[in-house]
Amino acid sequence: MHLPAILPWGAADGFSKQMLLVILSVVIIATFFVLAARKQQLVPGKLQFAGEAAYGFVRNSIAKDIIGGRDFIKYVPLLFSLFFFILVNNIYGAIPVIQLPSFSHVGGAYVLAAIVYVTWIGIGIKKNGLRYFKLATVPSGVPVYILPIVIPIEIISNFLVRPVTHSLRLFATMLAGHLIVMIAGSGIEYLVMQENVLLKGTSVLVLAGAIAMYMLEALIMALQAYVFTLLTAIYIEGALHADSH
Amino acid sequence: MNQLIISAATEGAAAANPLVPNVWEMGVVLAGFAVLFFIVVKFVVPMFEKTFAERAEAIEGGIAKAEKAQAEASAALEEYKQQLTDARAEANRIREEARAEGAQILAELKEKAAAESARITAQAHVQIESERQAAVVSLRSEVGTLATTLAGRIVGETLEDDARAARVVDRFLADLETQNAGVAK
Repeated sequence: MHLPAILPWGAADGFSKQMLLVILSVVIIATFFVLAARKQQLVPGKLQFAGEAAYGFVRNSIAKDIIGGRDFIKYVPLLFSLFFFILVNNIYGAIPVIQLPSFSHVGGAYVLAAIVYVTWIGIGIKKNGLRYFKLATVPSGVPVYILPIVIPIEIISNFLVRPVTHSLRLFATMLAGHLIVMIAGSGIEYLVMQENVLLKGTSVLVLAGAIAMYMLEALIMALQAYVFTLLTAIYIEGALHADSH
Repeated sequence: MNQLIISAATEGAAAANPLVPNVWEMGVVLAGFAVLFFIVVKFVVPMFEKTFAERAEAIEGGIAKAEKAQAEASAALEEYKQQLTDARAEANRIREEARAEGAQILAELKEKAAAESARITAQAHVQIESERQAAVVSLRSEVGTLATTLAGRIVGETLEDDARAARVVDRFLADLETQNAGVAK
């Protein structure tokens, strides 16, 4: 099931398959959406309709619903890029032969989470000035004697844990899915090689399980792209409206 | 040799720890995402937003156009109704006028006819009067002559003297007239 790297690029410092796939994803997304958006007509064709549905999903279901107001349009490009960048890189894991979700390597997840982290803190400071840090860490309506406990918790959860969970959630789900499919694949391979016919037969059970897991992983790949983008929108919204939280 | 194995082992351990990122991969993801973000900001979002805006405008414009057409249609209907009412009023007016005119013509004709008949009657009266006068005159002379002749025959003498005869006749007729006038009274 899981083929080895197409070319022997696996070296630690070399140009890896994962890097190629990341670059390929940029080409795929950019080509698709530029083609879909290029010949814009009021009554869309099939390609344009697909592009508009995809764009409209991020624009309306994520950006507009979460951020709202008239500001949301400013953040659509970031959310849109994040969603499709993660989606395509995740879906790689479900495509035979390729079968490598790019974010099962943690570096990419760190980078994206860092971009989002810098973005929402920047938005918060731009919107509220340095007072933003007070707004984000001192919840209103909390009794004064609890504040010494609440403030450190807020600092840790908002400014320290948040980027870590944001990146690791994506990375861990992708790595786990990748490992399960790989283990199932090698397990089937091992069982099929057995002399005992009964043992050989159990490979069918593993195959059935592997197919079910494969479906589940495909769902999780799409879902994690959505979750990552949704959380980004929630963080931006929180930074924009820090004074009302 | 040992050194190599140890370094390979530590390298292997580092690679095996999934939380330690490969810096090159981070660089590629950062660069790739930056390029994608640039393309999205520069081309994809503006083009889609433009279409969305145009479509919204087209739909709203279509609605406005439909509303305008409807307003125009109802205005035209109003105008037609107004014209129809006007036309009906006009027809009524013309009919009334014609009726009045007809009545006037009829009255004029009647008047003319009455005048004509009066004229004819008057003329007839005049004619009758003149004829009566003529008859009276001729009767007077004839009756006189006849009476004289008859009287002459009866009395056996001819009243040759015209003047005397005329006097006698006139007296006789005057007697008759006074008699008639007395009867008429």
